[in-house]
Amino acid sequence: MTNFLQYAVGGFATGSIYALVALGLALIYRSTRILNFAHGDITTAGAFVAFALLGIGLPFALAFGAALLSGALIAILFYFCVLVPAQRREATQLSQIILTLGLGLILQSLVAYFGGKEPQPFPFPLSDIEIYDVGGVVISQLSLGILGAALLASLLFYLLVQKTRLGLAMRATSENLPAAQTMGIPTRRILAFSWGMAALLGVIAGLFLAPLLLLDPFFMLEPFLKGFAAAILGGLNSLPGAIVGGLILGVAEALAGGYISIAFKNTLAFLIIIAVLLVRPEGLLGKEFVERV
Amino acid sequence: MDLVKSYRQELQLIRKPWTRVWVAFLLLMLLALPLVTPEYVAHTAALIFIYMIGVLGQNLLIGYTGQISFGQAGFLAIGAFTFGHLSRMGVPWPLGLLCAGIVSGIFGVLVGFPSLRLKGPYLAIVTLGFGIAVYQVFVNYEWLSGGRMGLIVPRLTPPFGLSETLFNYYFNFLFAILFTLLTYNIISSYMGRAFIAIRDNDIAAEAMGVSLTRYKLISFAVSSFYMGIMGGLYGLFLGYLEPNMFTFAESITIFVAVIIGGLAAVEGSIMGAAFVILVPQVFSSYKEMVPAIFGVTIILILIFEPMGLYGRWFKMRLYFRNWPYR
Repeated sequence: MTNFLQYAVGGFATGSIYALVALGLALIYRSTRILNFAHGDITTAGAFVAFALLGIGLPFALAFGAALLSGALIAILFYFCVLVPAQRREATQLSQIILTLGLGLILQSLVAYFGGKEPQPFPFPLSDIEIYDVGGVVISQLSLGILGAALLASLLFYLLVQKTRLGLAMRATSENLPAAQTMGIPTRRILAFSWGMAALLGVIAGLFLAPLLLLDPFFMLEPFLKGFAAAILGGLNSLPGAIVGGLILGVAEALAGGYISIAFKNTLAFLIIIAVLLVRPEGLLGKEFVERV
Repeated sequence: MDLVKSYRQELQLIRKPWTRVWVAFLLLMLLALPLVTPEYVAHTAALIFIYMIGVLGQNLLIGYTGQISFGQAGFLAIGAFTFGHLSRMGVPWPLGLLCAGIVSGIFGVLVGFPSLRLKGPYLAIVTLGFGIAVYQVFVNYEWLSGGRMGLIVPRLTPPFGLSETLFNYYFNFLFAILFTLLTYNIISSYMGRAFIAIRDNDIAAEAMGVSLTRYKLISFAVSSFYMGIMGGLYGLFLGYLEPNMFTFAESITIFVAVIIGGLAAVEGSIMGAAFVILVPQVFSSYKEMVPAIFGVTIILILIFEPMGLYGRWFKMRLYFRNWPYR
């Protein structure tokens, strides 16, 4: 039983990171119908900005703030400089997805060029080694921090989407673009804001993940794919679904790793993707009209 | 761009006598190329020929049938390792190559099943998951991948006393020509027309009597068969195989070649394969920047020239043919 709880707690910590990544993906998918293949690379770029700023001796708060802003800035610039011109030329949905892939490739090589390819340890105020013992279940300071940060971020995001005028505009834009435009909502700015928000959530996940893993240009690839799996599990156009999917995936992975085999742990996410898409393509909490051909 | 007057003309590979001359000239040039150039040129060209086969196959799937796939590396790995294990067991290479293609094709059908229910972005994720799952299987099971040292594939001994580079060049050249002709034949047969019909409007295609189930699966099978053959040739060319050759980056490279070359264009696939091989060679001192070049090219092409390099070439030809009229 203690073992089970131990795995579950560990799973919740990684799951909350997946949830943050999935939240960003779902936010972009539901407002623009684009799968953002550059999400992981934007996150990596943000983490590297923080790493570089910490390297020149800036305090943590400042470096992290700059990382979040730079991630959001990349996403917003991409939206205005690439996606909007592409949409003006009537690019299909698929080619817009491929555009994000192009951005991902560019960021990847820029990070590799300026940040170096060798894995580096990421300095962090919370420690991975200091642990607390809660009734036989051990939890590290860092995992606690991750859980707290993810909870706080998703709570703030929920309040933003559900309780503010801006959130109302975001929901209206994702629900019906032409109607939102006729109601006087500046949809282009709202969509750019959504892209920035999504990147910001991703960078938070990246900053908390970097001290767990080592920092290298590809450290976000796997968490990003897991985030994808989580978003699909919960339903790609559902924000609460992304959080639920992330947590379920994290716990399932930890349990599979603990009880079956570590090698099986990484393949699980992809088995989940394929199974969910075959059985229930709209995900656990998603609602989408599915066309049968 | 030409007016096709009869069905027989439509089926013809080359319609104009002058084009015949140009193509023959090009083929002769390619035949003579390794005799007059330094060795590394022939080596690079052989690699382009190998990639051409895979890119052609993916163009059948992505360009002609309109089914997006990010799992190319998975099929490539399956084909390559099938060939590697078979040739180590002493199976003659033509049979091994055929088996590599067929095994890969069977997996293609398996991955194709989700395509019957899923579209666009969802299919992209399933195939992406497949590609990475295959990679992880090969990494985790050493008896499949040959362990830490990789799988040594016995090479062929060049006949007629040819040098190894020359033999590799002509060997892969032969396969590239063969598969280019095969692709031309596929797209002008009922099968190819069915692919195009599915891409353009699947409901209309079904209503006109094209079996969606059948032709989507065939499309996956054929494209994976091409990937499997490419994997076998790749193993034969390099002489060893390891799982790290078949990461997600490899899928992206082939996908990029299809997009940059031009969707639904055989000539485009050839150009795309040449692009993804030549760019890393030319920029070999800035290795980190190669993905950035790919990324920038993709963005420019998708915004300004959705037909890819082939589209640009096509427009140039049209301009000169109609000159001075526009």
